[in-house]
This record gives sequence, C-alpha cells and structure tokens, in this order.
Amino acid sequence: MIRFAALLDTLVYTASRNRKLALIAEYLRETPDPDRGYAMAALTGELDFPAVKSTTIRNLMKDRVDPVLWTLSRDFVGDTAETASLLWPGPQQPTGEEPSVAQVVDMLTAMNRNTAPQELPKLLDRLDPNGRFALIKLATGGMRIGVSARLAKTAFAQAFDVSVEDVEEYWHALDAPYPELFAWGADGADPPDVSNRPLFRPFMLAHPLEETEVDLADYAAEWKWDGIRVQLVRVAGETRLYSRSGDDISATFPELLEVLPMDAVLDGELLVRGSSQGGEAGGAASFNALQQRLGRKTVSKKMLAEAPAFVRLYDAMIIEGDDVRERPWSERREALEALMPRLPESHFDISAIVEARDFAHLAQIREGARDDAIEGLMLKRRDSPYIAGRKVGYWYKWKRDPLLIDCVMMYAQRGSGRRSSFYSDYTFGCWDGDPDEGAELLPVGKAYSGFTDAELKKLDKLVRQTTLNRFGPVREVERTLVFEVAFDSVHTSKRHKSGLAMRFPRIHRIRWDKPVHEADRIETLRSLIRD
Amino acid sequence: MTAPFSWIRPEPWGVHIVPADVWIDPGRAVDRALVTHGHADHARGGHGETIATPETLAIMELRYRTGARDETGEIPSKAVPCSYGETIRLSGGVDATFIPAGHVLGSAQILLEHAGERVVITGDYKRRPDPTCAPFEVTPCDVFITEATFGLPVFIHPPIADEMAKLTGALEQEPDGSVLVGAYALGKAQRVIAELRAIGHAQPIYLHGAMEKMCRLYEEHGVDLGDLRLVSDHTKDDMRGHIIVAPPSAMNTTWSRRLPNTVTAMASGWMRVRGRARQRGVELPLIISDHADWNELTQTIEDVNPHETWITHGREEALLRWCELGQRKARALALVGREEEDD
Repeated sequence: MIRFAALLDTLVYTASRNRKLALIAEYLRETPDPDRGYAMAALTGELDFPAVKSTTIRNLMKDRVDPVLWTLSRDFVGDTAETASLLWPGPQQPTGEEPSVAQVVDMLTAMNRNTAPQELPKLLDRLDPNGRFALIKLATGGMRIGVSARLAKTAFAQAFDVSVEDVEEYWHALDAPYPELFAWGADGADPPDVSNRPLFRPFMLAHPLEETEVDLADYAAEWKWDGIRVQLVRVAGETRLYSRSGDDISATFPELLEVLPMDAVLDGELLVRGSSQGGEAGGAASFNALQQRLGRKTVSKKMLAEAPAFVRLYDAMIIEGDDVRERPWSERREALEALMPRLPESHFDISAIVEARDFAHLAQIREGARDDAIEGLMLKRRDSPYIAGRKVGYWYKWKRDPLLIDCVMMYAQRGSGRRSSFYSDYTFGCWDGDPDEGAELLPVGKAYSGFTDAELKKLDKLVRQTTLNRFGPVREVERTLVFEVAFDSVHTSKRHKSGLAMRFPRIHRIRWDKPVHEADRIETLRSLIRD
Repeated sequence: MTAPFSWIRPEPWGVHIVPADVWIDPGRAVDRALVTHGHADHARGGHGETIATPETLAIMELRYRTGARDETGEIPSKAVPCSYGETIRLSGGVDATFIPAGHVLGSAQILLEHAGERVVITGDYKRRPDPTCAPFEVTPCDVFITEATFGLPVFIHPPIADEMAKLTGALEQEPDGSVLVGAYALGKAQRVIAELRAIGHAQPIYLHGAMEKMCRLYEEHGVDLGDLRLVSDHTKDDMRGHIIVAPPSAMNTTWSRRLPNTVTAMASGWMRVRGRARQRGVELPLIISDHADWNELTQTIEDVNPHETWITHGREEALLRWCELGQRKARALALVGREEEDD
C-alpha cells in the first residue's frame, strides 16, 4: 500500500502527461499481481465498495473530531479524503503490518454497513497520512488526482508495449484485478477471448472543426443530434446498451433490449420521441426530455409511454459477426443503410446525410441549426476507418455558435482540488423586470469555466472584497459584475426559481466595464427556449 | 475605574495602545510604531518613529531605508532599537518589552504593561528550533494576542529533518538537473539554507538576485550560510546537480528558463494541503513553516494560560472554537492586510 500511496502522491504533483504515463507504467512493471491489477482498477474508477462511502468517512471523523473543526478543515482543504487523512487521530506511527493493496481490497469488500465503522479504523491505524489518503480514495472512489481511465490504460499499453485500442477492448471484458490482461501484456500470453460476450467497444470520436475548411468531396455531413451517444451491442442473442464512457445503461432503457433482431454492434444517438429537434421531420425531443429518463435504475410504465426512447444510428462496427471497422466510412454507411429495413422503425432510424453544394452552403445550413435546436454538424471523411478515440483528420464536430447573454454575478463558491482556496464557481442571474424600476435578479445558472488563471485571481479578489453574506463555502456578493455567459441551449425547469435551466453555461467574457443594470432580463432568456 | 484592557484597542489596520498613542505593526504610516518583525505585512516604511529590535531595524533599513538620511541630510524616520529583554517606557505609563518569537531573525513578541495589566502580542511565531533566530519564550500575561496563520487542525508541520531528506533525495535523483526551491526571501530562504548546512550539505547553493542582500544581512548577524552564489553569475552547466533558491514570485517566470532542468519545490506550511501545492505547480512540496502549526498554537495558549486570548489573523474561527471547547475566553480581531501567502 505504501508504494501505491507514493504513486498517487507523485501523480498529484505531476502536471506533465508524459511524466504521469511513465510513473504509472513504472509502477505496473514493478508491482506484482494482484496489487497492480487492483491499482489499475482504482485509477480507472472500477472499484466499488458499497459499505464505504464518503458519508462513512465523515461519520467516522465526526465521532473523533469536533464537528465544527472538521467542517472548517474540510472547507479549507476542499477534499474529504485528504482532510480525513490529515485529521485521523490514529497513532503517531502506523501500527501492525502494512497491508498490501489486495489485502485492503479484500477487507473493504468484506465490510458491510454495520462492520465498516469498526473495521475501517483498524485499517486506517495501519497507515501514515499518505497511506490513509490512498486508502480513503481507493475505498470511496473518485480519485480526482488528474488521471483519467484513458490515461491509465495508455500507461498500461506503454508499460508493456501493446496497443491501447487492444487494451480498451479487452478491458471491458475483464474484471479487477485483470490477471488475463497482465498475463497477455506482461508475460506474452494469448489475448483474452472476448468474442462471445456483449462487450463495449471504444467509440470513434471527433475533433472540433475550428478554423479548418474541408472539401465535401472527401467529407460527408450529418446533423449532430442532441441526445447521448450510445452503443447498442447484441452478441449471441443478448443485448446491452452502453454510454459513451462504456457504462452499461441497459436497465435504464429496457425498451431497447428486445428490438435488435440480429447480432451487431451499432453506434448512434439515444433520443426521445418528439418534435423539437429539426421539427416534425427531426422526430426527436430536446435533450431536456431525455434527461428525465437518465440515471434511473428502474423505469415506470408511465415513463416508457410518455418518453419513448429510440436510437438514431450513425455507424456500424460489427454486423452479424462481420467486423466492418477497418472498412471506409462510405462502405459502412452502405452496410448500415442496407440493414435499416430489417430494424423496427419504432426504435431505430438512421441519421440522414446533410446534402450541401459546397462548404459555404453547408455553413449556411449550419446557421439554421439554431432554430432546429440541433447541436450542430458532424463531418466524416468518406474513407475513414472506425478507429477508437480521436484521430486527427477523420471526424470533425462543427457545433453551432453558442448563445450569449449578459448576467450578473450573485454568489460564488470555493472550488475544490487545485482551486480549493479560490472562489471559482459563480452563480449568476438576470433581471425579472426593469432594474431601474426595482426589478430583482433571479439566479439562472452557474459556471466554473471559461476564464484564465489570471482572471480567476481577479474574480477571487473581487468576491472577497464584495462579500455580503457567507453560507459555508458560498459567499453572496454585491451585484457589481456582469458576465457574458455562453450556453448551448435553455430549457424550462421546475428546479430553479427562474423556471429556466441552461445547458453548458460557461463564462464567455467578463464585462468589467458593463454596468449591472444593463444586464439581460429573464424574458430575453425565456424567448430562447426551444423545448 | 475603566474597563479592563480598554487601553489597548484593536483596529482594522493595527493594534492601538491608546495612552501612549503608539501602534503595533500598523498597516499605514503613523507617528510611532512598535514593529514585531521585518515581514512586509507587519513592517511598513514611513513611520515617524519605529521601535523594534536592532535586527528588525536593520531589515527595515535594507527594505525601506528607515533611519537613513535623505538628500537634505535629515533623518525623516527615526529608528529606536530595543533589544530582547529590554524594556522601553512609552508615554502614558505603558512599558513595552521585546521578547524572542522564534519566527525570523529579530522577530519579537511585545509585552505591554499598564495599570497592572499585562498584554502580550506575538506577531508571528513558531516553537520549533530554527538555527537563524532566537527561540520563542513563553511569557505569562493576562491577554495573549496570537496569530493563527495555520489555525486549523490539518496543519501539522512534520519534523524539518523529514523535509530536508525529501529535498536532498530529490537532488540525488537529478544529477544533471537542479532543484529550485521557492522560499520567502526573508527568513524562510535563510532557514532552508542553514538547515541544509546543518545536515552537512556543503556544496554551493545558487541564489536568485533578490535574495542576496538579505542573506548577507543574516551573515552579518552571525548566521553562517556557507558557499552562496548568484544564478546571474553562472551558466546552466555550473548549476547542474545543485540547489537553487528563489522567491516564490520568480518561480514560474522567464527567469527560471536560465536554470538547468528543474524540479520545482516550495518550502511553505501551505504545502501540507495538496490542492495548494497543485495551484502553484509545485512538484516537490516541502512542509516548512516559520509559523506555529495547530499543535504549537494550542500548546502555546495552554503554556501561557492567559485570562483572554485574542486572535489576530489567519484561520481564527477554528482556534476560537478550540478555545470555546476548552472554556477559554477568546475573541477574534479582524485585522486587514495580513498576507497569508508569506509563509
């Protein structure tokens, strides 16, 4: 556990991606099984211990440390695991034998909600503050140490000189501590057999187009629909639905599990029936409608009837045992079109190709995407194979320009991690009438990105100087600053007093110069709804 | 009879000793000031008369030319030295005594006595041994006015030997590169260098130009810092395998481009918290502080055992809570302009 704790600690302080890769790769080469497998699972967020949650840690601490001192400390540090690791009132020197990562995992797995409050302290006593930090992070998940699952897999590929696409593909077939994966990578054994299981295959992703112009002779255009990207997999009669990150979301959308009539792996956008995206012909409701159905473990009949889901297909990876990923996009598209008559229209359609004379004409069509409430366009090179990840030059996303509105900063909250001492999350509002006639500001959204580090410092200073009230980590500030906020769309919402919810709000510009009474009104924002 | 301690009044820009009309560590120019130590958030230039230890006055002279003659030959700001243990009689029947605080060279607590009441104001202090300054002395008093820079129980500074081992260990791993240590130019830099010398690190240490004069001043006051060289006088190759010390503000600037491959270290009590180290792009956090940590703060209040504890600056809420839990009378003073980033 000391070695793993040291790895985490070093990763925290390492900014360079290459250096992080080298550190993880070194650990994977030098650490024996099964510790390195569990370490990989911890880094990729694959471990889950139902008996140990963040609240378990908080309760342990509040039994041992004055609650006020705990809260003040947690607030300053910005991370529960780190605060607990520093405040744990254990022995000065760790007692007993240092546990291995595998032993820790075994003990955490054996705990239940009743035994955890007794067992966890014994384990914490066996470690120093760094070890305790690693233990709590491992136990509660969500490392937040600047290492993505993708980076960890890339490090595995680098450690053993294998392809990261292969690692990704086998990964989803295996469980921690992945003995087959290490046998293949480190010891040259045969690759794990994944052919007979309904597994997730890594998606092909797109780069933003930005200033690039492409020739439509080489690229085909499609709408970028505003739902969630999914992969529908049927192998040996068993169907699974995966989200973009590879999470199995089959249980949330049971209506899609019985409708694929052949074994295949298909790539598409999950949408809910409606008419707000692309009008009647578009056939899809707004993202807001889909959101009502996300994140549910079970679905009511009413939900299924009111918001039926379907998949708008973009691409095919495997059709009836035939892996078409190596073939050019144009051939895959033909194969997908040929497949469509065999799929039930109730649950499938195909994302239409957008026809344009040339790039300029396409740009004009994209301008119209706003009224059609579509996210933008996708450009796919006609000869591109289906390659996991983001390969430059093959696929581009060309989002419509964001909407902009001027809002007034109302509250600021301290960030966490790297931003733990900065007020970096801002809640802003619009006027509910004429500000010169006594109108009030109503909060309409919250953003924590879109500014530079230098601007963050300036904003933090302003928040501290203009604080009106403090509510824990939140400060209410004087209404002095206007943000130009960019966002993708706005929807009605019962969760907010203003009755509105913005999608992807971010600070576009800080209007140090603009008087607050010139900020926009709620009705302006409301007029942009396309539900 | 007047209310107890009404002769000493905390204001946002400093503590005012009313009968003497003297300010302690005022944040703006006043006629007469008592200054605890030379850090810029406590010592400012422009006072009519500055009363401080000889070391603190020397530091202020270096920084503000306090006590120096101007072009007309006048001394616009008068410097009055008061050594450790010496008592100075102020007007209005107030006696002030300077007592070592263990923070930096010349740093002092100030004991104020008036009408049978004793008040100690600590300035900044620590309890750990420091080869560059006199150690803190516990002084009994009625009112103890303490700092609380690291007034949260998460702040426990590890033994300095552990941090020195991290520093020399990192240097051994970079024989062709260097370790750049960010350290505050007054106090922290000299302490890190002196601690390195104490563990037998005899190699040259390279300095950012802004550190030079203060290091010389320390040496004039008997603190041996060994072989110090200026970065600007040397090439990249000269500096390979060596430690370089610079003020934190210089660390991510173009200045650092003239150094051989560096591991960026920072010597500060804030390094105890990962997020703080990450904010500053620190790769090697060294938890070295010239302030009291949580245990030192609470231990000191117990040792001094005053009737009342006043808390000047830092994370006063937690220390107030600790006093409340121990049924000690305490209050927070909201002083402005104290910069937490100094340490």
